[in-house]
Amino acid sequence: MSRTCNFTLDVWRQAGPTAEGKLVAYEVNDISTDASFLEMLDVLNERLIESGEEPIVFESDCREGICGTCGLMINGQAHGPQKGTATCQLHMRSFNDGDHIVVEPWRATSFPVLRDLAVDRSALDAIVAAGGYITVNTGAAPDANLIPIPKTTADTAFDAAACIGCGACVAACPNSAAQLFAAAKLQHLNLLPQGQAERWSRTEAMVETMEAFFGSCTNHGECEEACPKEISVDFIAWANRDFIKAKVKNRKLAG
Amino acid sequence: MVQPLARVSTPPPVRSMMNSRLPWPLSIYQTAVGKKWVMGLTGLALLGFVVVHMIGNLHLYEGPRQVHEYAETLRNLGTDVIPRTWALWCLRIGLIAAFGLHIHSAYSLTRMSMNADQRYVGGRNYIVANFASRTMRWTGPIIGLYLFYHLADLTWGWFNPDFVRGDPYHNVVESLSSLPVAIIYIVANVALAVHIFHGTWSMFQSLGINSPRYNHLRRYLAGGLAGIILVGNLSFPIFVQAGVIDDDGRSFLEELFHGESVSGGEHQ
Repeated sequence: MSRTCNFTLDVWRQAGPTAEGKLVAYEVNDISTDASFLEMLDVLNERLIESGEEPIVFESDCREGICGTCGLMINGQAHGPQKGTATCQLHMRSFNDGDHIVVEPWRATSFPVLRDLAVDRSALDAIVAAGGYITVNTGAAPDANLIPIPKTTADTAFDAAACIGCGACVAACPNSAAQLFAAAKLQHLNLLPQGQAERWSRTEAMVETMEAFFGSCTNHGECEEACPKEISVDFIAWANRDFIKAKVKNRKLAG
Repeated sequence: MVQPLARVSTPPPVRSMMNSRLPWPLSIYQTAVGKKWVMGLTGLALLGFVVVHMIGNLHLYEGPRQVHEYAETLRNLGTDVIPRTWALWCLRIGLIAAFGLHIHSAYSLTRMSMNADQRYVGGRNYIVANFASRTMRWTGPIIGLYLFYHLADLTWGWFNPDFVRGDPYHNVVESLSSLPVAIIYIVANVALAVHIFHGTWSMFQSLGINSPRYNHLRRYLAGGLAGIILVGNLSFPIFVQAGVIDDDGRSFLEELFHGESVSGGEHQ
């Protein structure tokens, strides 16, 4: 049996990239405990539209926790209080009736607010564009299992590849460091045979692009806690190791 | 008024891309991950010093003569091959360099992070960041100030009217028997232990030493090291205040094992 709850929201409203923003209080009543956090915002938006107000802008796409589009800072926690869950998979049963909930966009200098709760995460794209790819011959798809890969290696690479690029790691980090994102994007390729050709150039390029936009990791571990895919900070250590190796291997030997 | 939803193409970098690249290996230090690596290595060197320093100070429990002999041993290191105190000065210069790099990298990485970070109106709710990791930028400067005071107090003798150059036992007891000085030492060493607790764990991550089989041991190591340093270093001001370590020419161990009847002490 689903119950209904009432909540008081403090939502960040900002008219545009250069506008001043502020928290605006909304009463949302009769919300089903089976509603997701985004569905609760949908209900609130319907009511705002009916009363002639501007609806709250937030991003979402798949609403099943696999696309990385949604992402809200809920009561100071990226993606809210439930571990290993994106905002779209967070349900209102995680809150108590009458709760006061503060909703803010991701905040980092390189995540400028576009409007309300939507931020521009192009800086993450820039990191991937710097080297998050492998080079293969196009043409017919190669046979499956043509390249033998140990099961444990494949599993570890897959754990890193689970990153959906939502930016929660940056949002939760006191330094606004993108280490967990960059490390996941690096290691899912660096661990596999297909990623070896560009391993050292990729590592150097992606880490240095990351450093142009984000802060420096101080190993708090908040990113792993906030990550909806629970990606481990172990990948950060391996990326750090690869970066120093890359710096040695990529050095100019002559000329 | 609602502003148009024009997509800002990639936001401006918060840190200028390196347009002038230093030659290898200095180019490593130009990057943030490289700085963290240097911070881990220099932290390891400083940690080694802190451990050896604490163990060396345990000679205070043996008595003035043993402290003096220990000090002489340090000055005579490597005298078979190089002149007296040269080896000690090499170690000192290495430590000063490690300190300088540790502080500079911490300063510039903090600047970088402050540029990258924006405040939440409702505040961030920290889940796993602990007191030690959140206060590294406070415990660090406290240790730096304390280090200066510690050198001025016991090496240069600026603050101690009874300072006797070359008599470390006497100087330590004279300094620490003043309550305010003892409190400074206690506060600073608590800060040092807190710093070491996060630093030791963090070092493994920064240096990329990570193996899932042994990872759980890193926290124990960090806690153990911080605990040993804390207990060892706090024992000196506390025991001087309690009168256990005193300047009566008889050591704590003699009083402990031989009772009051045996008089020891060649100390003048």
